[in-house]
Amino acid sequence: MALVVDIASWLCLVAGALLCLAGGIGMIRFPDVYARSHAAGVIDTGGALFILFGLALQAGFSLVTVKLAIIGLLLFFTCPTATHALVKGALAGGLKPLCRELDADEAAGMADEAQR
Amino acid sequence: MRLVGLYLALFAFWLLMSGHYEPLIVGFGVVSCAAAVYIARRKDIVDHENLSWYLKPKLPFYWLWLLGQILKANFDVATRCVLPGNRIDPCVFRTPANQDTSVGVVTYANSITLTPGTVSMQTWDHEIRVHALTHDGARDVLGGAMDGRVCRVEGHTKDGAEDGP
Amino acid sequence: MMFAAAMAGVLAAMALTLVRGLLGPTVFDRVLALNTFGTVTVLAIAVLGFLMGRPQFLDIALLYALINFVGTIAILKYLQYGDLGASGREADTGEADISGSGG
Repeated sequence: MALVVDIASWLCLVAGALLCLAGGIGMIRFPDVYARSHAAGVIDTGGALFILFGLALQAGFSLVTVKLAIIGLLLFFTCPTATHALVKGALAGGLKPLCRELDADEAAGMADEAQR
Repeated sequence: MRLVGLYLALFAFWLLMSGHYEPLIVGFGVVSCAAAVYIARRKDIVDHENLSWYLKPKLPFYWLWLLGQILKANFDVATRCVLPGNRIDPCVFRTPANQDTSVGVVTYANSITLTPGTVSMQTWDHEIRVHALTHDGARDVLGGAMDGRVCRVEGHTKDGAEDGP
Repeated sequence: MMFAAAMAGVLAAMALTLVRGLLGPTVFDRVLALNTFGTVTVLAIAVLGFLMGRPQFLDIALLYALINFVGTIAILKYLQYGDLGASGREADTGEADISGSGG
């Protein structure tokens, strides 16, 4: 049983580390701040989720697990808020995304495609 | 009543965080929680919270579904980060948000941001401007599955009809 | 051993976000890198606590997560309004113009 938990926690920690690494690489490679915010999102959600879950598996049922859960919950509430504030600030600061905005017809067409 | 609830919640959180149960330390906790409740009352924010939104019965199921979406999107964006070549075609678009309350719209916008590959840029009363990393991601949001699910947490479908429990 | 592996990945991510923060080019890139760096630091502190067998480090990680969020919001507010005391309610509904830079 302990072995199964150990293996699961290994997998979670390695997955979290790889996602953090991938997000970091994306931060370097992506062309503008809006695209980079997606890479940051990978670190904020996937990386944090897997690493905290892997640590919680190691800790077992204790106060430590509760604290890890609180850290995870806090990150999951604050990170999107901070990212949204940042992107909105960049937009208000006159930074234009490296792409165009879809007009209403195109958006409606894509919605139809998605629903089919 | 809400103040008492706030006090109890804060104190439970305090006990959970400290892990010490000597009389002196717990006394500090009692005093500091009282100070926090007093400040919250002074700032007049207690009664304007939308706490009841977070007590909806369908919310945990929505979070589980969202967790699945986040994992899928994470894998997708992570591969696009790492694999060589330019694998992104970003776009900006507006999508409707059919929630009744502002907390509903905020939950929807936060869920969009929390899913890697889509970021909410601006929100209005019933519309959100979204930046998507790929057109496929944009299609997922425009399809309205997430919108409909947040609406159903509120107790109605996204077309405004009543939705039973 | 497994904590060391996780720590290596987290440290590499920290280095990469730090590079992005130094490269810029706009101030928002730097703030984004700062925010992400903070998140990764929270993870690093949590893993470090387990690596050294001292889970009390989690309290520091929790505090760091809180301060990171408040700090990011404070920097952004200062950038946008030039005043940390601004109420921010009037300027909220503006339609930003994002057309004109086809890519």
